[in-house]
Amino acid sequence: MTGRIAAMLLRYLYLYRRSAARVMGVVFWPVMDLLVWGFLTSYLEKAAVPQPVLFLLGAVIFWDVFYSSAQAITLSITEDIWGRNILNVFVSPIRVSELMIATSALGCLRALASAALLSLLAALFYGFRIASLGLALAPFLASLLLFGWAVGMMTTALILRYGQAAEALIWGVPFLIQPLSAAFYPVAVLPAWLRPVALAIPATHVFEGMREVLGGGAFPAARLAAAFALNVVYLAAGSAFFAWMLGRVRAKGYLARLGLE
Amino acid sequence: MTAVDGLSFTVARGEIFGLLGPNGAGKTTTIQLLLGLTSPTAGEIRVLGLDLAGHRREILQRCNFSSAYVSLPSNLTVRENLEVFARLYAVPDRRRRIAEVLDLFEIGDTAKRLTGALSSGQATRLNLCKAFLNDPEVLFLDEPTASLDPDIAEKVRVTLSRIQRERAVTMLYTSHNMREVEILCDRVLFLSRGRAVTQGTPAEILAASRAESLEQLFIAIARDGDVRDARGDEGAPR
Repeated sequence: MTGRIAAMLLRYLYLYRRSAARVMGVVFWPVMDLLVWGFLTSYLEKAAVPQPVLFLLGAVIFWDVFYSSAQAITLSITEDIWGRNILNVFVSPIRVSELMIATSALGCLRALASAALLSLLAALFYGFRIASLGLALAPFLASLLLFGWAVGMMTTALILRYGQAAEALIWGVPFLIQPLSAAFYPVAVLPAWLRPVALAIPATHVFEGMREVLGGGAFPAARLAAAFALNVVYLAAGSAFFAWMLGRVRAKGYLARLGLE
Repeated sequence: MTAVDGLSFTVARGEIFGLLGPNGAGKTTTIQLLLGLTSPTAGEIRVLGLDLAGHRREILQRCNFSSAYVSLPSNLTVRENLEVFARLYAVPDRRRRIAEVLDLFEIGDTAKRLTGALSSGQATRLNLCKAFLNDPEVLFLDEPTASLDPDIAEKVRVTLSRIQRERAVTMLYTSHNMREVEILCDRVLFLSRGRAVTQGTPAEILAASRAESLEQLFIAIARDGDVRDARGDEGAPR
């Protein structure tokens, strides 16, 4: 089993070795985000806005962990559809679960590489040291990775079913979640009717918890527990949805059409 | 819509079996069913004596597939692509086996080149290298010579024939090149509109249809959807 997972992970990593577009996904775009938000933060600080604006930088780094995690799954599969290689993969002895583990592992590597770079730059340019959270950082990151996997699985299921028509979801779904997950502002800012929706998203609890910790509060164990509990639900729902959709796609013969549209 | 209906056939070990018919006849759907890419709504599929529904992974481990319409990732080198698939099929001594298949199809000099930089003939041969990596017992070949020039296509046919003789690999073969089918295939099955029209050795089928060549028969089936007298004479057997 590990050999087949390693094979697919290797296939994706080979690509990163010589694809400028992929490296830009890990380095350039997240760094640009950090710079924009970083300079905005500096400006707001000079304009005598209270200290919490620094949390924006933490939010940028955390958001990128979720985004990278989700996108690695969807983009890896879509890349094989675009390249007309997906049938080669699906007629090999790999299990679908192994394929999902390989893409999730890629998401993990990609998210951690990007987060490490952003943390370093945030410390150098803006004196924002998210790493000072130490081990407390781990459950936050783990929760965002898990949520990214769940979203990635659901999006991939739709791409397998609807092909090119659903490819916009690769970039669209994370940005649909962003305003609802209160990444850059507290949930209290949202209209009252929208707050229950926000609180049903695991990432919301992570961002709220991050703001509490960076604000000097106690470790938000309850929030993280809520995030992990929701992640279990989302991962179970994501896996079930993926398996159901794959069954439908096989029954209808859509799988064989992928990459041939 | 029903793509394939009431289809029943058996392929013997070591046989090259041609699946023929006009576009939309159900050839590709049949191969997809046999590879488990599409689930049948009814009926049973057995490959290597095993029920496909219950032993899909075990079967796929012992089979392989190549199609003119499926490619290996263009942004990986030839060797990287073969390395990935050698791992997927748990091929022992990967380095040696990759060198062997590259030599088999005479593209050893492309090992370090990007797949996207290969000519279409080289890319097709790379697909075949991938298909032979795990020394398959059953090989599904969907128009494998479609993009090859006559010289390379001939070399590929010779290589496939040799491998079939030496290793008794069972091959399920689709092609629109009827001359190629006559040379390569031990038996053929003609499909039309998702149904089997006729099957047997090329000689048996030609005798039964009174056609002079498989190409003539192919055209008759494509136009009439059935084995009428392929020469257009009266009273031909059906």
